[in-house]
Amino acid sequence: METEALKAIAAGLAIGLGAIGPAIGEGIIASKAMEAIGRNPEASGKITPLMFVTMAITESTGIYALVITLIILFG
Amino acid sequence: MELNISIAPEILFYIKSFPVSNSFLWTLFISGFLTVATLIMRFSLKIIPGTLQNCVEILIEESFSFVKSVIRSEEKAKRVFPLFCTLFVFILTANLFAFIPGQAAITVSDGHGVAPVFRAVMADYGMVLVLTILSVIIIQIVMIITHGPFGYLGKFFNFHSPLKFFLGLMDIVGEIAKVLSLSFRLFGNIFAGEVLGIVMLFLVPFIAPLPFMFLGVLTAIVQAFVFATLTLVFITLASEIEEDELVE
Repeated sequence: METEALKAIAAGLAIGLGAIGPAIGEGIIASKAMEAIGRNPEASGKITPLMFVTMAITESTGIYALVITLIILFG
Repeated sequence: MELNISIAPEILFYIKSFPVSNSFLWTLFISGFLTVATLIMRFSLKIIPGTLQNCVEILIEESFSFVKSVIRSEEKAKRVFPLFCTLFVFILTANLFAFIPGQAAITVSDGHGVAPVFRAVMADYGMVLVLTILSVIIIQIVMIITHGPFGYLGKFFNFHSPLKFFLGLMDIVGEIAKVLSLSFRLFGNIFAGEVLGIVMLFLVPFIAPLPFMFLGVLTAIVQAFVFATLTLVFITLASEIEEDELVE
C-alpha cells in the first residue's frame, strides 16, 4: 500500500478509537451532573463549573488521540 | 484538496537571524493590548464606577471568590490570584481574538507562497509549552516552600520501603506528565477548532460553519478557564501538608 493511504487509515483509526473512551466518560459526567442539578437545583451554580473542569480532564485522552491524528496528517 | 494547515507557525520575516512568526507577532500585540487596557483602567478609576469599571470589578470579585473557594485560605488566595487571573485573561483574550472577522484575509508572501499575518496564539505549541512550563515550575516552587527542600526531595526519593520508593518514582513521572497533559489539552483544543473551522469552510462555505464557530467560542472560554483552574488546583494540592506528614 502507498504511504498516503496508510497515513489516512492510521489517522482515521487513531481518532476513531481514541474518541470512544472520552465520549463515554463525558456522557457519564453530564448525566450525573444533570441528575445532581435535578435533585438540588440551587446547587447548579456550583455543579456547572465543576462539570466543565472534569469534562475537560476527561477529554484530554481524546485530545491526545487528536494531536496524534493531526501530526500524522499534517506534521 | 488543497488545505493550508501547518502545525508549526509560519515565519513572516527575520530580524538578523531571529525568526518572527505570525503567532509571535500576535502574542506581542495581545500583550500590548492588555497592558494598554490595564493602564487606561488604572488611571480612570472612580469612586462611583462607570459601566466598564463595574464589569471589571464584578469579574475580579467573582474570580477572587472562586479562587478563595478552591484554595480555602484568604492569605493563599491573595498570593495565587494574580497568577490565576493573568493566565485566564491572557489565554481568553488570545483565544477570542481569533474570532475577529476578516483577519484571515491579511496575508504576506514569505518567499514560497503566502502566509497569514494572524494565527490563533494558542494554536502554536511553543507558546502553550512555555505557559505550561511556567506554571509547573511555580508548582514545584510552592512545593519546596511548603515542605522544605529536604521534604520536597523526600517526596520523590523515599527509602522507607520498596513500595514507597516505587511510588516516589511514579510521582516524578507524574510531574513530567503534568507538562504534557496541560499543554496538549489547550493546544489540541484550539488547534482542532481552527482545523475544524477550515475544513467546514472548505466543504460548505455558507451557514453550515456557524455552529462550529459557536463551538469554537465555547471551547475558547472553557479552555482558558480550565487551564487557569487546573494550575490553581495543582498549586492548592502543592501548598497543602498531608496529614500523615504532620503525625511524623
